[in-house]
Amino acid sequence: MLRSSLPSLIALVLVVAGWEAACRFLHIREFVLPAPSAIWAQSYAAWPNVLHHTLATLGTVMWGFIASVVISLPLAMLIAASPAISAAIYPLLVVTQSIPKVALAPILIIALGSNELPRIIVTFLVAFFPLVVGTVAGLLATPPELIELGRSCRASKLQELTRIRLPFAVPFVFGGLKVAAALAVVGAVVAEFVGADAGLGYLIQTSMAFFKTPLAFGAVVILAAMGIVLFQAVTLIEKLLFPWSSGADQPPPGM
Amino acid sequence: MIRLEGVGKRFARGDVEALRDVSLTVAPGEFVAIVGASGCGKSTLLRLVAGLVPASSGRVVLDGTPVMGPRADTAMVFQAPTLLPWADVLRNVTFPLRLMKQAGGDTEARARALLETAGLQGFENRLPKELSGGMQQRVAICRALLQQPRVLLMDEPFGALDALTREEMSLELLRIWSGLKMAVLFVTHSISEAVLLADRVVVMSPRPGRVAEVIEVGLPRPRGFEQEGTPEFQAAAQRIRALIYGERLPRAA
Repeated sequence: MLRSSLPSLIALVLVVAGWEAACRFLHIREFVLPAPSAIWAQSYAAWPNVLHHTLATLGTVMWGFIASVVISLPLAMLIAASPAISAAIYPLLVVTQSIPKVALAPILIIALGSNELPRIIVTFLVAFFPLVVGTVAGLLATPPELIELGRSCRASKLQELTRIRLPFAVPFVFGGLKVAAALAVVGAVVAEFVGADAGLGYLIQTSMAFFKTPLAFGAVVILAAMGIVLFQAVTLIEKLLFPWSSGADQPPPGM
Repeated sequence: MIRLEGVGKRFARGDVEALRDVSLTVAPGEFVAIVGASGCGKSTLLRLVAGLVPASSGRVVLDGTPVMGPRADTAMVFQAPTLLPWADVLRNVTFPLRLMKQAGGDTEARARALLETAGLQGFENRLPKELSGGMQQRVAICRALLQQPRVLLMDEPFGALDALTREEMSLELLRIWSGLKMAVLFVTHSISEAVLLADRVVVMSPRPGRVAEVIEVGLPRPRGFEQEGTPEFQAAAQRIRALIYGERLPRAA
């Protein structure tokens, strides 16, 4: 574990050190590109404020992510259940994906008021699509022989779904969940840019308005960390609950 | 016990005639192999007997009742092991019975005994991905046998295995079958496999699939590879080969 993460750790340290050195020796002005030390100093000095905004964003991300899961999974089952439903719903889904969410956010805020709801909806809209696509792919990727096995055991359509298709789709669902977790962070920030009084997106905007660039950078670093942690959390849940799903770790016994 | 009466099958999609006027009778406990070139409807024939697809004409009768859908007393083994990747070996073997809500108190014990017969003791709690291809297919065969079927349908069960594993598995299948005495319909591409295993070999011709001839294999049981050299084995294999290739018998340099 430590050995495998060592190269990436060294690379990270080198990048930060190079960045710090460039800022100091090339005399780059702080509001253009702050040095890592300055980012740390300013963010740390304002930590109660930063924490407040981080928690606000985390709330939006989590609610948006949960909404994606709750809506995407049944939707994917519907789509996978019949070609007709798939033909009806899929184009609509693609439409939601081709609309720029930044353009949609102000409209939603006017319609729904300046509260948490429009931000959650924007987060959901950004995050849910890969989850639906992944789950549908998983449900349809069940080998036909496995379906025939179910049929030869006189399994009902519901049994076929719950006992064969859904478990088979689990690795695909988790593939979608990982992408959705990362995208939920993006969606939350997009929504906060447009209309919010708290959150890291809001913090970035207000900091930049006062040329407090280091604080804005601090918010960006926290966002990146949030995305990584969420992604890893999904990976960990998959490993704990569905150990057979995550890639093969043992080779088959020799023949 | 299995009787096919002038069975035909036409698939609406693409308007393909897969089978035409197939009549065949299989006695209880008989081992019947089906060979033929690709596209001769061998697999379709098996699925008709399994009740997975309905016949377009004629009928399939099992123990005097027409087959209308999948039945509990027929079990199927596919070319791929088709195990559930999330379930361990034991749960894979008991899956059909659990799905049909026929699992009883002795199901697990019977499953363990079957796995032991198949040389899989100690692997009960392994996941399919931890097993080799041959072992996975053994699990699939145990899964079918646990249903105590009166008819075992096998669709090229050893087709995806390497040649050595394949030979080993075919003898093992004979050993298990001789103890259980159920009727077996065994689809294969291999002529020697068909002759080695079967009481009778049904040779089919393609487009549309028909029965070209049924050949009796008179070799004594228990069978073994040493019989491959006997004139009787060679004569049966030659006859099948001639039926399949017909006039275009290959004569390579």
